[in-house]
Amino acid sequence: MSKEIIKIEDLKREFTMGTETVHALRGISFSIKEGEFVTIMGSSGSGKSTMLNILGCLDQPTSGTYEIDGVSMKDLSRNELATIRNEKIGFIFQSYNLLARTSAIENVELPLLYNSKVSTEERRERAIKALEMVGLGDRLHHTPSQLSGGQQQRVAIARSLVNNPVMILADEATGNLDTRTSYEIMSLFQELNKQGITITFVTHEPDIATFSNRTIVLKDGNIIQDYKNENIQSAAEELAKLPKQDD
Amino acid sequence: MRLLNLFKIAFKAIILNKTRTLLTMLGIIIGVASVIAMLAIGEGSKESIRSTISSMGSNMITIRPGADDRGPARGSGGDVQTLTLANYETIKNQSTLLSYITPIVNGGGQVINGANNWPSTIYGVNPEYLEIKVVGLQSGSMFTDAEVKSASKVVVLGQTVVENVFPDGQDPVGQMIRFDNIPFKVIGVLEEKGENTFGQDQDDVVIAPYTTVQKRILAIDYLNQIMASAISEDDAADAVIEVTDILRAEHKLMDTEDDDFTVRSMEELISTFSSTSDMLTILLVAVSSISLLIGGIGIMNIMYVSVKERTKEIGLRMAVGGKGSDILMQFLIEAILISITGGLLGVFIGLSATVFIEKFLHWPTSVTLYSILISFAVCAVTGIFFGWYPARKASSLDPITALRYE
Repeated sequence: MSKEIIKIEDLKREFTMGTETVHALRGISFSIKEGEFVTIMGSSGSGKSTMLNILGCLDQPTSGTYEIDGVSMKDLSRNELATIRNEKIGFIFQSYNLLARTSAIENVELPLLYNSKVSTEERRERAIKALEMVGLGDRLHHTPSQLSGGQQQRVAIARSLVNNPVMILADEATGNLDTRTSYEIMSLFQELNKQGITITFVTHEPDIATFSNRTIVLKDGNIIQDYKNENIQSAAEELAKLPKQDD
Repeated sequence: MRLLNLFKIAFKAIILNKTRTLLTMLGIIIGVASVIAMLAIGEGSKESIRSTISSMGSNMITIRPGADDRGPARGSGGDVQTLTLANYETIKNQSTLLSYITPIVNGGGQVINGANNWPSTIYGVNPEYLEIKVVGLQSGSMFTDAEVKSASKVVVLGQTVVENVFPDGQDPVGQMIRFDNIPFKVIGVLEEKGENTFGQDQDDVVIAPYTTVQKRILAIDYLNQIMASAISEDDAADAVIEVTDILRAEHKLMDTEDDDFTVRSMEELISTFSSTSDMLTILLVAVSSISLLIGGIGIMNIMYVSVKERTKEIGLRMAVGGKGSDILMQFLIEAILISITGGLLGVFIGLSATVFIEKFLHWPTSVTLYSILISFAVCAVTGIFFGWYPARKASSLDPITALRYE
């Protein structure tokens, strides 16, 4: 069996709000294997965002263990967490978070700028390769304002791929896009997943979950469902079914 | 490698905000430019004072009768009759640090040549006067010791006097003139020296043997002044002490009594005037420094706004692996780049302003390397100092909050 990328055991996260303690996550355990495409679902207040922050090494659990690629997050400093984020995780955000007035290629290069092991030439090469993977090989020098929403999200995906992460972590990555474009993006995710890239997709849209091969549903800080998707839909096929747009 | 990357990032951020960056720099530019220009003006006037005084003879020592007249309500030194020819002889014989020495008696009067006349001052001196004052002859010759001894009625004229009493360009050497009612033969003309820093025309003089002036014009037996020159500039201070000792002994002054004469070297005069000019320079620089400080606060203000405005970007940079120290360095480098670029522009503008002041306002200026180095160092430090707080603020942001910041 393939190796476990993520291993979470009895994970708890509590926040203190004044005198009250909010239990955002109440003892969660699951693992994600290499090559999986997992959607984490839940309505607001379910602990979804807290889960995402911890998965993305932006936050530390109150108790329990979290291992990513065999490395335990316990007691890591801010700087060590930054290095893990840099080398093991690729982030994709709902609002793309591209640097304005900065070309696509420079946006994609960004994570590698914080990795001193990568030379300038290698950085450029890898950025071009990542942009080609998302189908923007001809838009290297466009700035975000010259790109459509879908293209901007593709740049963001290229940015998440450029450091060869063990997992891509997407936060409502299609939330700002229309149906057609979001299907395009989902089909890109499916393609990348076929190439063996592990993807964790946090969303509250149920139809997105149908494109993944596993769904974890959170409610009030607990996992209420964790199931394999037997009937994975192809985003490319769904896209073809949509009425043609005439531009 | 890492630092180089951070440099690139910071540089990029500056390029993306050209107008804002330039406005931020403005304070620093003006501050540095004015510090350099002010120091140049200060140094320039100091040098000009020094060079004028030096041209009057930098190792010159003057001995005047009467106590130090710098205090209020004293009689003019000229009225005191404590300096005599005997004093002059004693100093001349006993002093070891003086190369030239002359007694001086002077008085005002009218120089007359036919229909032309001109009010001037006659100085009774000995031939060494020329060496002490560092002035040469344009034509003719100086009177000799023999002519001094015999109290000959000969004079050497300054340029201003020549221009006024010989207006038609006639060669004055060999001509007879009158000073008041006494006829003199002109035997020489002094080189032109121009005005000194204090606006005194150094060419408006008539020079004659001191014996002649004492006996025939002023009818006095004391001296107005003794002028000497030290062997070298370095010996001037010691020479002042030596002359003082000689004169105190000569005047039989008790230890408790004050000097009844004043000995001063040019060096003292220079330092008196320099200190005035130094004060002015300090004042000017202090004012300019305030504008540099305000420039620094401007940087801090803009950097603070910039951090606020780019909170989301900071969150992103942290999410993709930027450490707190990376973010800190990025903003610090940005602040330093702004202040250093501003500093360079400031130096350039300061130097241009200095050239302008020199060329069009004809003020003496002198740019010193230290003024450039100091103002440049100050502005680099300003960058670090005022960039630190906003950069620190950026680096301590929580990535989660920063990413969600709208």
